[in-house]
Amino acid sequence: MTIDFTVNGKSVSLNIDPETPLLEVLRNDLELNGPKFGCGLAQCGACSVLLEGRSTRTCVTPVSAVNGMKITTLEGLGNEDHPHPLQLAFIEEQALQCGYCVNSMIISAAALLQSNPNPGNDEIKQALAGNLCRCGAQPRILRAIKRAAAASGGNGS
Amino acid sequence: MKTTRREFISTGGLLMVYFASPVLALAQYTSPNPGQSGKSHGNEFVDTWIRIESGGKVVISAGKVEFGQGIRTALAQIAAEELDVDFSRIQMTEVDTSYSPDEFYTFSAISIQQSGGRVRKACAQARQILLQLAADELTVTTAGLSVSDGVILDGGQATTANYWSLLEGKNFNAVVPDEVVVKDRKDYTLIGQPIQRLDIPAKVYAQASYLCDMRLPGMVHARLVRPPRTGLSLLRAETDGINSMPGVIKVIRDGSFLAVLAKREQQAVNAAKSLASTCHWQTTVDETNSDNISAWLKTAPAKTYPVTSRSSDKTADVTQTLSAEYSRPFLAHASIAPSSALALWDGNNLSVWSHGQGMYPLRGAIARAVDLKQDQVRCVHVESGGVYGHNGADDAACDAAVCAMSLPGQPVSLQWSRTDEFCGEPLGSAMTVSTQAGLDQHGRIASWKQVVWSGTHSTRPSGPDGAGNLLYAQSKDQPLPSPPLRSIPQPSGGADRNSVPIYVIPEIDVTKHLVEAMPLRVSALRSLGAYANVFAIESFMDELALASKADPFEFRLAHLSDDRASRVLNRLRDQSDWSNRPEGGSGEGWGMGFAKYKNLAAYTAVVIKLQVTDSGDIRLDRAQAVVDAGLVVNPDGVRAQIEGGIVQACSWTLKEQVNYRPGAILSKDWSTYPILTFPEVPDVDVEIIDQGDHAWMGVAEAAQGPTAAAIANAVAHACGVRVRNTPITPNKVNAT
Ligand code: FES
Ligand code: FES
Repeated sequence: MTIDFTVNGKSVSLNIDPETPLLEVLRNDLELNGPKFGCGLAQCGACSVLLEGRSTRTCVTPVSAVNGMKITTLEGLGNEDHPHPLQLAFIEEQALQCGYCVNSMIISAAALLQSNPNPGNDEIKQALAGNLCRCGAQPRILRAIKRAAAASGGNGS
Repeated sequence: MKTTRREFISTGGLLMVYFASPVLALAQYTSPNPGQSGKSHGNEFVDTWIRIESGGKVVISAGKVEFGQGIRTALAQIAAEELDVDFSRIQMTEVDTSYSPDEFYTFSAISIQQSGGRVRKACAQARQILLQLAADELTVTTAGLSVSDGVILDGGQATTANYWSLLEGKNFNAVVPDEVVVKDRKDYTLIGQPIQRLDIPAKVYAQASYLCDMRLPGMVHARLVRPPRTGLSLLRAETDGINSMPGVIKVIRDGSFLAVLAKREQQAVNAAKSLASTCHWQTTVDETNSDNISAWLKTAPAKTYPVTSRSSDKTADVTQTLSAEYSRPFLAHASIAPSSALALWDGNNLSVWSHGQGMYPLRGAIARAVDLKQDQVRCVHVESGGVYGHNGADDAACDAAVCAMSLPGQPVSLQWSRTDEFCGEPLGSAMTVSTQAGLDQHGRIASWKQVVWSGTHSTRPSGPDGAGNLLYAQSKDQPLPSPPLRSIPQPSGGADRNSVPIYVIPEIDVTKHLVEAMPLRVSALRSLGAYANVFAIESFMDELALASKADPFEFRLAHLSDDRASRVLNRLRDQSDWSNRPEGGSGEGWGMGFAKYKNLAAYTAVVIKLQVTDSGDIRLDRAQAVVDAGLVVNPDGVRAQIEGGIVQACSWTLKEQVNYRPGAILSKDWSTYPILTFPEVPDVDVEIIDQGDHAWMGVAEAAQGPTAAAIANAVAHACGVRVRNTPITPNKVNAT
């Protein structure tokens, strides 16, 4: 079955088993590094991407479900030359230890800042309640998200 | 990251794989030339540690691996400092058994002491050699020479000589002597600076940084079928239908080891799932379960070790004796990244990319498990999620090796499932700790007795003799024998780590009972026994303070003779505004805990401020810590380790317990093994006391125990309920 969608602004057309998890397609077929395998059970957030601007868990999303849709991954948010304010803020705050959760945190925070450009501490914490970090980097992640919000002039970017 | 066929090249009999990514490029850094003796990478050679490379680079190879603790950045700081080169010139390689120094495991929060010291000496020696070469070239003596960013200065003036003109791409051909003159601390410009970590930008920009980002041409995918808990034999599995499933390349069965290889990852997942449904596993008779384990430990066959015994000639007048018993359940490392590995067998040599903590010990263990000679096996460290001790990483590396050897020439990527990790990884052992103390008429502690019951904290597959600790080696048709029970001796200790109170007490008696056979697979979890021992000691100190009607800080300070310890406590008392501690029983609780990690490393004191609701729910507001880790290489790195340690210990203490019954581990995903979520994380403040006159000390495991006790003490302060068994749940708060 042919599935067409857009990833980080590029059109993709794949002839593939429609049941294949989107995570596998992004990581193995399209060789993107942002989304990570963490549980495969929609429990940790490691595999998140922005699907039409909403944070979505790709480990439980069959690729057929994204036909015709737009996906942004961590690499699509920004890069060294054109960083996203969240990426800069995570570096400034050194907001990760192993960093395996960093995709999860930045993607969910990006979705949050879209809808709420100037979130308070509790709003940030609630928005990330389903995003697990085992290293205990949350205090720094919180600071980084607030820094990014401030840097974007509270307009989310 | 794409790797083309062309980029596979053969070097010295080893298949080397080259990557385009700047981050992983150093995972394939070619072996330096042999040192003088012809041995390629003995720790004694300067060339093993440092290479002056083209492009104005200095490449440093150390034997400690990065898993987010910032060790490579700290080592780069030490190297740049000692060599007098700009920090940006330093490149750190991955740990690779084909060229790296052998520094055994990255564990026990001792990397800075061990590797830091060795890198410093190697670089100091390298600098001396370079100065001598410069002196020869400039026909001067070294006396007037100095170095600025690798340029040799004579009398403060730049000369034409620099590190690269003198030695680029060449060997030092020298050994690192035992005694080397190193830089004076007063001249440090880099050590002590909060330099940003080298690895972070690539991670936030999603450049290839992790093992899972390695994609080799022709790579196939492997998944395992595992028993519902380790140690169960596979009685029956129907493999026939599986071979014809889409994409399946083969099913591998060796005794109770069962794996499927498929072209695509989901095909391997599907095949493993179907295969699992045909499996019959042996059942076990086990009298323990997660509810009775702490009592069972005290009755189980065990080896007994006296830990310490100190008596006093003056028999104190004990007016009051208190005793208590504490416990912690089995805990999981529970990395966000389930274990994985990549392996490639070319018919003669095996390459394994792993996120384990020790590549040299792993190489020896894998070689033994799969019947190869050690020099046929190359292990390369590549990062994945944090490991926090001995988790499934080493097992996955061996599993991948076994799969790869069944498919010569094709790289195999093996991924454990979330449930494989929870049900297969070695857990932190359950522990029970009893304490008893006598108080004299002045409310001082006259005597202390502590007994620790625990399984071992060390079943790492350390080299060939440790191979029997690998899951594959235990499961295969001809299993390897289990290595003997290992008791880690004092002063660092295993189950008995931090079991000796640091306080001034005339009579102390501490005993360890190491249970011979544990019902679940156990090994090292961050801080080993220190978490439960400090939880017990520091909870009991509060109980004793209460009995003596003393303030918790005052009570501890009155029993301390170590000035650095007192300084840390005094500082935290001020920082936490302790004099404004609320009245007990108000629902708001402040508690503290303190330890000197292993009684020989960092001093860490923690205050926890929390609320206990009427229904017994515990809400953490704030954690405040003061740390003395001696000379600090990177203060932000130390702060991050303490912050992370506190948050993880909050999770262990409030939420975590591996649930199991005889046939199965019931904690097998994040819904059955919940950890602290974002809204539950407290604000964390860490202050580091600069003690630059003292040696540097590890901090990565220092916060675990003090945090646990601080929580228990805060709960007791908030509502008067003393919970002695972690996790401290609303049920337990309400039960008393
Ligand atoms: S991997 Fe998708 S939520 Fe965990
Ligand atoms: S930084 Fe390691 S899981 Fe979050």
